[in-house]
Amino acid sequence: MFESEALLAFMEYALIGLRKGAIYALIALGYTMVYGIIELINFAHGEIYMIGAFIALITASVLTMAGFTGPAVLAMAMVMAIIYSGAYGFTVEKLAYKPLRHAPRLSPLISALGMSIFLQNYVLLAQTSDFLPFPNLIPEFEFLEPISHIFSSADLVILTVTAVVMLLLTLLIQFTRIGKAMRATAQDRTMALLVGIPVNNVISATFVIGSALAAIGGVLVASHMQQINYFIGFIAGIKAFTAAVLGGIGSIPGAVLGSLVLGLTESFATGYIRSDYEDVFAFLLLVLILIFRPAGLLGKTKTQKV
Amino acid sequence: MFLMIKRSLLVALWFIFLTFPLVVIRVNTVEQVIEWRWMNMVAVGIGAFVINMIRMHMVARKARALPGPKKSAKIGELWNKLVTTPRLLNPTLGTVALLTLAFPMLVSAYGLQTMISALIFIMLGLGLNVVVGLAGLLDLGYVAFYAVGAYAYALLNYHFGISFWIALPIGALMGSAFGILLGIPVLRLRGDYLAIVTLGFGEIIRLLLENWDDLTFGPSGIGNIPGPTLLGQELSLTDSRVFIYYIVVALVLFTIFVVNRVQNSRLGRSWVALREDETACQAMGIDRMKVKLTAFAVGATWAGMAGVIFAANTTFINPKSFEFWESVLILAIVVLGGQGSILGVILAAFVLKLLPEYVRGLGEYRMLFFGLAMVYIMVFRPLGFIPSTRRKYEFQGIEELEEA
Repeated sequence: MFESEALLAFMEYALIGLRKGAIYALIALGYTMVYGIIELINFAHGEIYMIGAFIALITASVLTMAGFTGPAVLAMAMVMAIIYSGAYGFTVEKLAYKPLRHAPRLSPLISALGMSIFLQNYVLLAQTSDFLPFPNLIPEFEFLEPISHIFSSADLVILTVTAVVMLLLTLLIQFTRIGKAMRATAQDRTMALLVGIPVNNVISATFVIGSALAAIGGVLVASHMQQINYFIGFIAGIKAFTAAVLGGIGSIPGAVLGSLVLGLTESFATGYIRSDYEDVFAFLLLVLILIFRPAGLLGKTKTQKV
Repeated sequence: MFLMIKRSLLVALWFIFLTFPLVVIRVNTVEQVIEWRWMNMVAVGIGAFVINMIRMHMVARKARALPGPKKSAKIGELWNKLVTTPRLLNPTLGTVALLTLAFPMLVSAYGLQTMISALIFIMLGLGLNVVVGLAGLLDLGYVAFYAVGAYAYALLNYHFGISFWIALPIGALMGSAFGILLGIPVLRLRGDYLAIVTLGFGEIIRLLLENWDDLTFGPSGIGNIPGPTLLGQELSLTDSRVFIYYIVVALVLFTIFVVNRVQNSRLGRSWVALREDETACQAMGIDRMKVKLTAFAVGATWAGMAGVIFAANTTFINPKSFEFWESVLILAIVVLGGQGSILGVILAAFVLKLLPEYVRGLGEYRMLFFGLAMVYIMVFRPLGFIPSTRRKYEFQGIEELEEA
């Protein structure tokens, strides 16, 4: 079917990269949306993703033990993860960021880091510090059988879900009332308030939507990697944040592009050079791109005014 | 009152909902059993209710209270009085100096160890304070320079037997060299782009330390690092600790002296100008590139020195000591203390390094409270413990002149 081994390997790395990029994109969108609207690096976002994965694991286990099987479990786990992550995102914003809306820029950042430490230890204490095995919720598709060694059902599900979610998000932001309000708030918060947009509610909504996207990412990754622990949010958060900056923070298409570039770079670097230095390549790429395009790939260079 | 109870009940219900799956249910996926911990749910509910009642009570009291001088202003006044009255200042300084000198005799070896690490973090905090607090460049990879200093000493000693006293300036130089190395590519970046690149730089250094086995011995680290020698004499481990304590105290005093002098110099004022407005600062004829690079270099110098001391103190280093969380801790010291404020940094370093030791009784809940404390210190004092005061040139108002 394929002409040579080399081509096969290339295809394989490209697919791994795309899958990684798709997952990064789901998390990176939360960072970029929150940043676009209140200029805050929400360091607790990775933790929300981790909580999403835990909720999905618990829901799935309870349902499986109650005798349910098949895609219903996946759907139910996904819904619960989205609801809970959204609720956590909402609460974190209310407790840790809202009181600091008018504080100096670094104060909410420290509060975000504190929240991140808190949530990690909360899950560690409430659950466990061990890796938990995560059930494989993604069904095996029979029609993919002949090419399953390079393109598995998990790949198909992850890529499809990500694409659909991106499309829905774009529609939401471009055409709905809340989307318009979000764009207005991102442009100028005071002005948005003056024309009657309930800015606080819009910010809450942004956190809820961003957290829900992270939850989807969490469930997909967890059922692909098949194990989770309380620390997975940290690495994923850093990577996704890198991807968001790479694409130009605050820009939604930028976050997706940055994630795909980052995923592909990591996968090719691992495949062709050395696997130990995967993260080194990711960060080197970031530094290089930012040297030549200081506002990221799709970010707009703002003219600084005095 | 009724309203308060109703609101608090709602809050309690919300937190019960929020924590239910994580705190109440625990699944054992191996034996396929579910553990239901209902007691935790009750605890969360009551806890959330009580905390919210207290919070609402405090908000109500604050609203009723007359707008008077703030407590922080009072503390500031007291501080000013203390500094300006020699009759009060001299005995206070004397007591502090005496306590500092006698400290190693007063506490256990463990207490001394904790104090040394707190003092090292004061140095790191003051160094990062130059970069973040004064020049306003958000650096999330500061720990990399600390690692450079520590590994410089460890490796030079391992290969060439170089002693602590020679390694100390070398570590400082290596730190500043790496500071410039990081500074050059990121000169054009602003704000949060800078933050993520410095974070990336810190991670690259850590990953290199972990994976470049031939140079750094990888995750197993380097052991048997000797302590400092006193007049050419090797000291026993306990004596060496005490000696390191005095060295760190001296270095902290030196750091405070230097930072204090630099702060009000031409260079220090251009850092502050850079922080306040980069474009305006450039328009005033300040060389942006030079000022930024010196900020990075000066900040990294202290980290390099602190690294050498850290290596001599622990006698063993590996990449685990230089993870991202250390950078976060140092940054938290700067921001919690009040950016740009030397006294604030010292206070925050003590709080953040010693607090976890004192609340060891909380056991595994320690880090949980640490995170929560970080959030709430920021919420209640967004400017930090001791906000830095800017030098102002007071202008006597016309009314005052007329009165006189």
